[in-house]
Amino acid sequence: MQKMPNWADVVLVPVLSLVLAAIISAIVILAIGHNPIDALGIMVKGALGNSANVSYTLYYATNFIFTGLAVAVAYHARMFNIGGEGQAYIGGLGAALACLYIPWPHWTLALIGGGVAAAVFGAAWAAIPAYLQAKRGSHIVITTIMFNYMAYPLLNFLLNGPIKAGGMEPATPSFAEAMHLPNLSAILGAVGISFSDRGPANFALIIALLACVFVWALIWKTKLGYETRAFGESESAAKYAGIKPTKIIMIAMLISGGLAGMMAINNVMGEAERLVLNAVEGAGFIGIAVALMGRNHPVGILIAAILFGILYQGGAELSAELRIPREMVTVIQALVILFTGALDNMVRMPIEKLFVAFGRKGAN
Amino acid sequence: MTLVTKFLGASAALALSAGAALADPAIIFDLGGKFDKSFNEAAFGGATRWAEETGGSFAEFEITSDAQREQAIRRFAEDGNNPIVMAGFSWATPLAAVAPEYPDLKFSIIDMVVDAPNVQSVVFNEHEGSYLVGMLAAMASEDGTVGFIGGMDIPLIRKFACGYAQGALAVNPDATVIANMTGTTPAAWNDPVKGSELTLAQISQGADVIYAAAGGTGVGVLQTAADQGVYSIGVDSNQNYMHPGSVLTSMMKRVDNAVYDAFTAGADLEAGFNVMGLSNGGVGYALDEYNAELITDEMKAAVEAASAQIASGELVVHDYMSDETCPVLDF
Repeated sequence: MQKMPNWADVVLVPVLSLVLAAIISAIVILAIGHNPIDALGIMVKGALGNSANVSYTLYYATNFIFTGLAVAVAYHARMFNIGGEGQAYIGGLGAALACLYIPWPHWTLALIGGGVAAAVFGAAWAAIPAYLQAKRGSHIVITTIMFNYMAYPLLNFLLNGPIKAGGMEPATPSFAEAMHLPNLSAILGAVGISFSDRGPANFALIIALLACVFVWALIWKTKLGYETRAFGESESAAKYAGIKPTKIIMIAMLISGGLAGMMAINNVMGEAERLVLNAVEGAGFIGIAVALMGRNHPVGILIAAILFGILYQGGAELSAELRIPREMVTVIQALVILFTGALDNMVRMPIEKLFVAFGRKGAN
Repeated sequence: MTLVTKFLGASAALALSAGAALADPAIIFDLGGKFDKSFNEAAFGGATRWAEETGGSFAEFEITSDAQREQAIRRFAEDGNNPIVMAGFSWATPLAAVAPEYPDLKFSIIDMVVDAPNVQSVVFNEHEGSYLVGMLAAMASEDGTVGFIGGMDIPLIRKFACGYAQGALAVNPDATVIANMTGTTPAAWNDPVKGSELTLAQISQGADVIYAAAGGTGVGVLQTAADQGVYSIGVDSNQNYMHPGSVLTSMMKRVDNAVYDAFTAGADLEAGFNVMGLSNGGVGYALDEYNAELITDEMKAAVEAASAQIASGELVVHDYMSDETCPVLDF
């Protein structure tokens, strides 16, 4: 049977899904008494209208790139890591501890030290579910989500006690000035592009792009990546070929947890410059949608992450501009996730059939 | 038909807001959202009351993430909204960063202090109001055991608890005060089921008056207290009406007044420290037709006397947040 061409798989299906989500969203906006075309305009302008807004969009996108890549790496070994939220939170703890208790003299060193700590903490949080899956067969979906619920109270305890700054907020003290990562405006300013310094996008964006390249090289250009994909496609065939399941599960999950943990470079080290309660704010879960929509390929994840960044930032502007409740914006975001992620096959199957039908005609 | 009217009304509102004057005030809510049945909703109520009375309009925003705080303040500042009011202690850091950039605009922050020439910091003497309801609790209690159920365990809520315990012990030095917190996360503000469980636990320990300073969680406390036939005390708004005969009184924290006053002052908002205490009606206890039979003249006289003493400075209620300790209560 002939399959549909690659471009349809990568471009046509996601775009059609988006259009369907947009139509339903338009009906929702119409039902609460606003003009959907205007709303779309506000969202696009709010996300991309000026460089401060673009900075927010890119900040959110950076979070989603890390968590999206985390989900994708695990997925190539057919491990469904939905613990990105907890791993990123614990990664934040690692970054915060490294930045609070080690007096890095310069931000570049803090970036390396904090980034490594974040990755190690995130990986460690993924290691136990990975071990339980590899050795005991405990389902990774259950254990990773359970570990999210263990990360929350742990951070609650720490942020309300041992590492809390004075005052009312459950948060750590701010990191030293020397450790603050440069804002995107400073980086672009160095190459002569003027960009607002009022947004939170920072050096972490560059690390996220490097992480995309790293994941691409890892999955498609290394022996380990080949083994991971082989294991993901068929465990029994991989075993027959001498690939050790335990090793693949452990390594894929450790890299996955590490990537999720590295999100802390953006939200903890780059933006807040301290660790606050609920620092991840759902980015770990959005990562699942980003990976699904990006077909678990770094390029797709990059595009999907930027799209979700636009949805987040544009959605906030939409709720401020039209005074629509923020829950409505969440509904719109949820529709996009539903259509691009969960209902992917609803669009894919008819299109596949269509291509097969036309393909046959062409062959005759 | 109704749908059509709604559409017309909405488009009319849209047209109005498009032509609104630039100096409209703005309010920004905290993560709880404006319908949290508690603090943010009280702030929203004050803003709505101002809009209804003056026919004016205001801008508003509910943040969904911490990263949006500075963005939200700047957004309204760029639009020229004046004054910009924000409800909640988490706004202090972002406001301190943004306020100097807009010296011509006025900002008001509730529940926290930001030291800037164009910022009004509104704080409430919750310990004073809690002291009064603590007195009432001890006087209404038959066995001398009173309870306190807090929301999220933060210094602010301990301030409520500490004032309450001081009031209860002032009336009855042998009184026992049981204090519990619902949790350590913002979810503790909206967990009526847990509130109900804690209420049952405190009743089993002998508490017969229970004060809930727990936002939406308090709904469960008040309900359970009514079901079990003990007294409860509401918080923030006047909650006496919720279970007449069971809600002894409510400790009123007039967040709505703070927002209303800031909106009314408009661009002339006075910067600096604004303490809303017993002396200026910022806090107090609620007395209305729903609890008139529960509060005897004797109780009322005692509380009024203490209230006057506190207002005049003769009686000082220890503020937990001044040194993060409470002389009469362990947490």
